[in-house]
Amino acid sequence: MLIDQCPAQHFELSCLPASWHNYPQKIVPGIKRKVEAARKAGKTPLVVYGDCGTGGALDTYLQTAGVERIEGPHCYEIYLGKTDFEAEMDQALGTFFLTDYMVRHFERIIMKGMWLRQHPQLRDTYFAHYTRVLYIAQSEDAALQAKARAAAEALGLAYEYRYTGFGDFASFVMHRSAPEMSGRNRRANPRS
Amino acid sequence: MSDDDDIILADLDDDELVQQMHDDLYDGLQEEIMEGVNILLARKWTPYDVLTKALVEGMTIVGNDFRDGILFVPEVLMAANAMKAGMSILRPLLAETGAPRVGSMVIGTVKGDIHDIGKNLVSMMLEGAGFDVIDLGINNPVENYLAALEEHKPDILGMSALLTTTMPYMKVVVDAMIEKGIRDDYIILVGGAPLNEAFAESVGADAYCRDAAVAVETAKEIIKARRERDAAAG
Repeated sequence: MLIDQCPAQHFELSCLPASWHNYPQKIVPGIKRKVEAARKAGKTPLVVYGDCGTGGALDTYLQTAGVERIEGPHCYEIYLGKTDFEAEMDQALGTFFLTDYMVRHFERIIMKGMWLRQHPQLRDTYFAHYTRVLYIAQSEDAALQAKARAAAEALGLAYEYRYTGFGDFASFVMHRSAPEMSGRNRRANPRS
Repeated sequence: MSDDDDIILADLDDDELVQQMHDDLYDGLQEEIMEGVNILLARKWTPYDVLTKALVEGMTIVGNDFRDGILFVPEVLMAANAMKAGMSILRPLLAETGAPRVGSMVIGTVKGDIHDIGKNLVSMMLEGAGFDVIDLGINNPVENYLAALEEHKPDILGMSALLTTTMPYMKVVVDAMIEKGIRDDYIILVGGAPLNEAFAESVGADAYCRDAAVAVETAKEIIKARRERDAAAG
């Protein structure tokens, strides 16, 4: 959606499986393959992943490879911006973030993926220290908001909503799509 | 592993019952584990033998299959909850009967981090392996660790973090220990999903523990080595 708004459509999207959030050891090899494929095609790779649990391994590789990544440890901070993210965490350390993507796939990733449908008692094991769900929305969508509220109820947590749009992700992408900044064929490996 | 609902645990002999408990632990069956524990105790098994032969051995199988990618976190948690149910029966009895102790550990999740699933697994497995475990819970500032070390004088300090943003706090704790001149008084073990051996070394820990089973083995090995070293030094 954001890529479509970029001038001259300088970006091509290339995604890694979202399920790798649960398998961070796969992320760096996956990114490496994407980077090498982009360069082989004569394109300039940009990485819009967060660290995503790689423990710094992603940045170590990217520095070696000379590839730029959007700043930030994870997508929640990138969408909210560092200052707002820290304020939210100060307010409630036990915040479970939802994004548009997570809301859309909540049933598959959380309820089924974490076995909560089969074994509801695991909810207390996973979420014992969480106090709220904060839906940081990239789009203003009443249906998604209803799903997010239902997700919070399923987890037994309070629900809050904030529209963030694409946050730092937007400025990162738009800045690099400006004519003076962009090459003929920029490629993004998006998702954070 | 077990798909037979008609097994009468009390009808099994000891060896069969222990095997069945391993299966039930693997399947995360809390009630069956509690029943099995009570049967073995009624047969005059010591609480320590029930713990080590039925529960810890069973949980070790679970840990190995988790390590090998056969089981995943939800399955391990189901097994852990079943073991916890068994431990709830055994814990007071172990205290009464003076089961052998291997060592002691203060453990906690670092400041800014509320994740404790891995830490809780480590705590439980260490307790099962004969360690006295003082669990500080989540979101611990350096002061909590230092106070617990002062109060309990454990063999080991364990720190856990799930987040890339919180794991650097481990170095804050280690540096504070160095500043107080107590770093070498303790074995420091660290763990958590985003960590690795290089990170453990960079913060000055003694070892990185990939999972709960590794934490138990590492704790035992380092304690043994230190005690042998101390004995040799006279």
